Amino acid sequence: MSATHADSQAGQFVSYLGNGHTWQSWLLTKDHKRIAILYLISITVFFLLGGIFAAAVRLELLTPQSDFMDAETYNKMFTMHGVVMIFFFLIPSIPATIGNFLIPIMVGAKDLAFPKINLLSWYLYMIGGTCGLIAAVTGGVETGWTFYTPYSSTYSNSAVIITAMGAFVAGFSSILTGLNFVVTIHKMRAPGLTWGRLPLFVWAHYATSLIQLLGTPVVAITLVLMMLERAFRIGFFDPALGGDPVLFQHLFLFYSHPAVYIMILPGMGVISEIVTCFSRKHVFGYKFIAGSSLGIAIIGFFVWGHHMFVSGQSVYASLVFAFITQAVAVPSAIKVFNWTATMYKGSVSWDTPMLYALGFIGLFTIGGVTGVVVAMVGVDMHLHDTYFIVAHFHYVMVGGMVLAYLGGLHFWWPKMTGRMYHEIWARVSAVLVFLGFNFTFFPQFLLGYMGMPRRYASYPEEWQVLHILSTAGATVLGIGFLLPAIYLTASALKKHPDAGMNPFGAKGLEWTIPSPPPTENFLEMPVVREEVYAYAETEEKALVGH
Amino acid sequence: MSDTNTMAVAHPLPEEHVAHQFHDAQQQYESGNLGMWLFLLTEVMFFGGMFGAYAVYRAWSPEAFKLAAATTNVPLGAFNTVVLIVSSLTMALAVQSAQLGKQKRLQLMLVLTMIFGAAFLGVKAVEYSEKWHHHHVPGLNWQWEGEGPREVQILFCLYFAMTGMHAIHMVVGFGIMLWLLMTARRGVYTASYYNPVEISGLYWHFVDIVWIFLFPLLYLI
Amino acid sequence: MDKTFPLLPEAASNLAPEVDMLMLALMVFSVFFTIVIFVAVGFLAVKYHRKSDDEVPPHIHGSLVLEIAWSIGPFLPVLLMVVWSARIFVSAYTPQPNSMEIYVTGKQWMWKIQHPEGPREINELHVPVGKPLKFSMISEDVIHSFYIPAFRIKKDVLPGRYTNMWVTPTKVGTYHLFCAEYCGTQHSGMIGKVHVMEQSDYERWIAGGDESMTARGEQLFNQYGCVTCHQADGKGRGPSLVGVYGSNVRLQNGAVVRADDAYIRESVINPRAKIVEKYSSIMPTFQGQISEEGLLQVIAYIKSLEKEGEAQQ
Repeated sequence: MSATHADSQAGQFVSYLGNGHTWQSWLLTKDHKRIAILYLISITVFFLLGGIFAAAVRLELLTPQSDFMDAETYNKMFTMHGVVMIFFFLIPSIPATIGNFLIPIMVGAKDLAFPKINLLSWYLYMIGGTCGLIAAVTGGVETGWTFYTPYSSTYSNSAVIITAMGAFVAGFSSILTGLNFVVTIHKMRAPGLTWGRLPLFVWAHYATSLIQLLGTPVVAITLVLMMLERAFRIGFFDPALGGDPVLFQHLFLFYSHPAVYIMILPGMGVISEIVTCFSRKHVFGYKFIAGSSLGIAIIGFFVWGHHMFVSGQSVYASLVFAFITQAVAVPSAIKVFNWTATMYKGSVSWDTPMLYALGFIGLFTIGGVTGVVVAMVGVDMHLHDTYFIVAHFHYVMVGGMVLAYLGGLHFWWPKMTGRMYHEIWARVSAVLVFLGFNFTFFPQFLLGYMGMPRRYASYPEEWQVLHILSTAGATVLGIGFLLPAIYLTASALKKHPDAGMNPFGAKGLEWTIPSPPPTENFLEMPVVREEVYAYAETEEKALVGH
Repeated sequence: MSDTNTMAVAHPLPEEHVAHQFHDAQQQYESGNLGMWLFLLTEVMFFGGMFGAYAVYRAWSPEAFKLAAATTNVPLGAFNTVVLIVSSLTMALAVQSAQLGKQKRLQLMLVLTMIFGAAFLGVKAVEYSEKWHHHHVPGLNWQWEGEGPREVQILFCLYFAMTGMHAIHMVVGFGIMLWLLMTARRGVYTASYYNPVEISGLYWHFVDIVWIFLFPLLYLI
Repeated sequence: MDKTFPLLPEAASNLAPEVDMLMLALMVFSVFFTIVIFVAVGFLAVKYHRKSDDEVPPHIHGSLVLEIAWSIGPFLPVLLMVVWSARIFVSAYTPQPNSMEIYVTGKQWMWKIQHPEGPREINELHVPVGKPLKFSMISEDVIHSFYIPAFRIKKDVLPGRYTNMWVTPTKVGTYHLFCAEYCGTQHSGMIGKVHVMEQSDYERWIAGGDESMTARGEQLFNQYGCVTCHQADGKGRGPSLVGVYGSNVRLQNGAVVRADDAYIRESVINPRAKIVEKYSSIMPTFQGQISEEGLLQVIAYIKSLEKEGEAQQ
């Protein structure tokens, strides 16, 4: 693809992993790949923590009474599950790890535009995460991750300020990552790498970064105002102080709805890469997939009111939001259809990343169509704040984003570490995650339609069967998640790299350099001479054509 | 966006200023500018949240907002507006001095900018203490005998949040000026390398512009 | 109630069959597309499974016709269903004629309900079957949400502001009442029962209650001294409140507002916010002195003060 001759030089460079073994060489590194590894480790810790909170929630819901823990503890568990998973896992997950590692390589640059800022953003993330941990050990927080006023600002007796502070600081980490990506993608592309040749993974991150830049500051100031109200009784949202609690929801959701696209768009980028590689085909409808990422990012800013159909927002505002919300389903549908069509006449392999990707397409489809359901105003007045919503967003966030994250991790693991994992165990985990996930969350659609409200520590007896099913499924899901932690770690401990430059026969600049990559990524400045995803083209054509 | 407002000159930069990740000085220069513009975009959204809240509450109780605005010290606010506009001028001159390689003038302009910035913050402190004496600090020291106490209180909450956030940005700006001055004294900035001065200038102008909006909204109308 | 293993909630309101029918349509739509995608993915993954390692598939860029088809194709039925769902939604959240008012006050962690005729209940709601209901709701503390799954409706209950919803029970029985917006420690304990009764049973039940809301409102009106200024003949220091409910009131600043529940509540809690033309701002605030329930009673009383002569019309 590019003119590098990495193969012949494989022995003559130091990989980024070998470039220093001291603590300082990691904690003060400015290498985007090392920062990606720092993120990978810290995010895994938070994912584990969030998973433990989730396990506590599912355990409590085994019985209709609140008996394993009291209601207050339960409330803390689901709140901290939400806070940790959203602010400290889902939002940074793909961008800060896989994206951080790959964006500079995919655009043919030596590093991100601002390496020091990249390191700063990891430290901000860690400070935010530490605030979250301090909140957890000093009694926890129980406002729900949405911090709705006036409960959060006036009534809650838990560690609200420190938790919101954590989300606030982590938000700046997210903003800086987005800023770094946009500048890098705009200004640092290799010669020949036109916008039309960018991998869809890069397009998805470009769209994500725009949301991070425009949305996150709004939630930051909203959380500041909420904290001021709580700390000093300076009124903004509490009606007792003359404020309006619904205004908080508008400001919070102006970010927090686009934030779900921060969480899912990078996953979509991963799926585009995996499906093309494991079908050995040019992606179907490149321009439509790239454009739909931008479409989602833009339309996503005008639909937040669909969280507020029954909140006291005017009926007519709700109708407008309902209408625009259905429009945002179109670009998502375009992606699903195009991925499916990419497999047509392809050469489809069933390697682990592809299994995760196929699982993603299926679960994201269910998450998507149920999104169409809950955005219908006339149905949402029944389904709002029930388990139907819980099931819907877990289908998108876990069935979508987490599967994409795991798929991407398996796809680029050999590139990041230079080592292959145990393929059989990996396929087992992919299947377990898919089955366990459906087992966990499908019953919740039924619970939701019957009217089970979310955030309930106890519930009427007739729903116990479905809750037991859900908890049983969660156990399978948990095992599915633990397996990769074991076999991936085991593979990373292998003494010598065994993956080779391009184990999956994939296209893209990252597969033209050694695994693990050298410190400045490319041994020679890459020049791009061929179309993106040129799986059908032979080497000679690539050099002559274009 | 970044290229239009800056001098589109080729930059035969000294190699030592090009960071390792960049291909050449031009790429570094453009990246720095675009980065700052994007950062300012996030700042617009950050203040935008408060301006949004202001718009909503003002639309609900315009009368109370007029009452509250009447208690602000307009002469001091106007004085501060002038101070900031002048500081923007000295900042622009600092950037120009850097571009022309005039070391002494660059340092002088940076010092002047810092003096004006400090003057602004000093006046702001006087205004805050006035508010404290009049019991116009919501939450901590609040008393209002006139009409619509709750609506008026909301305006004061917004007043402190907005001017407070702005003041924090001023303090950060002051710190940046200090850092620029210290590096300028070492003669880092030359006619071919002045990007840090230029993008710091963008930040300073942005903070000024926020005040240009805050002054009429909080003091005058 | 069926305690074994229900899969659908009971349908006990005018909205329920409509919501269920729309849901059925949505399910058909969703299941159809889910099956299309699952079958397509499964079929393609099997049909084009890699047979040998040196396969080179054809180069396919895409198809504009297909893109347009699958962008617009599914979107059209969705748009139809948006319109359908909007009709249901509007009927639940805009005023419906001849409805009987139920006053709901949410409080950590209980529902306090008042009937205009008198009875007050906690975490229980008795209503007659077949009669359109208007819920007027307010919270004393945080945001709650009044949710009756069998009626397929909910609405957030906000502090400082009245919210409303309209629904007609259609089936006698006992149903769940939930708080659907997280409101603190005992959120999952803020539940109750809705009893939909035959009209005759309801009348018997209501007769057992105590004095009417209007009567209690009148007591409060006297107790708080409202009556000393707001004299019926208009000679007091405050404006007469006779016939004021539902009328247009001209304010000092020239604006005209409609005297509805929200206006009266604001005038009691925050009397300086809107001053009636020709009167001065001398009324003290009653914030913190009168409960939200009491406010609802005072409003019911003021509502009952119709101008003589008009009452007979």
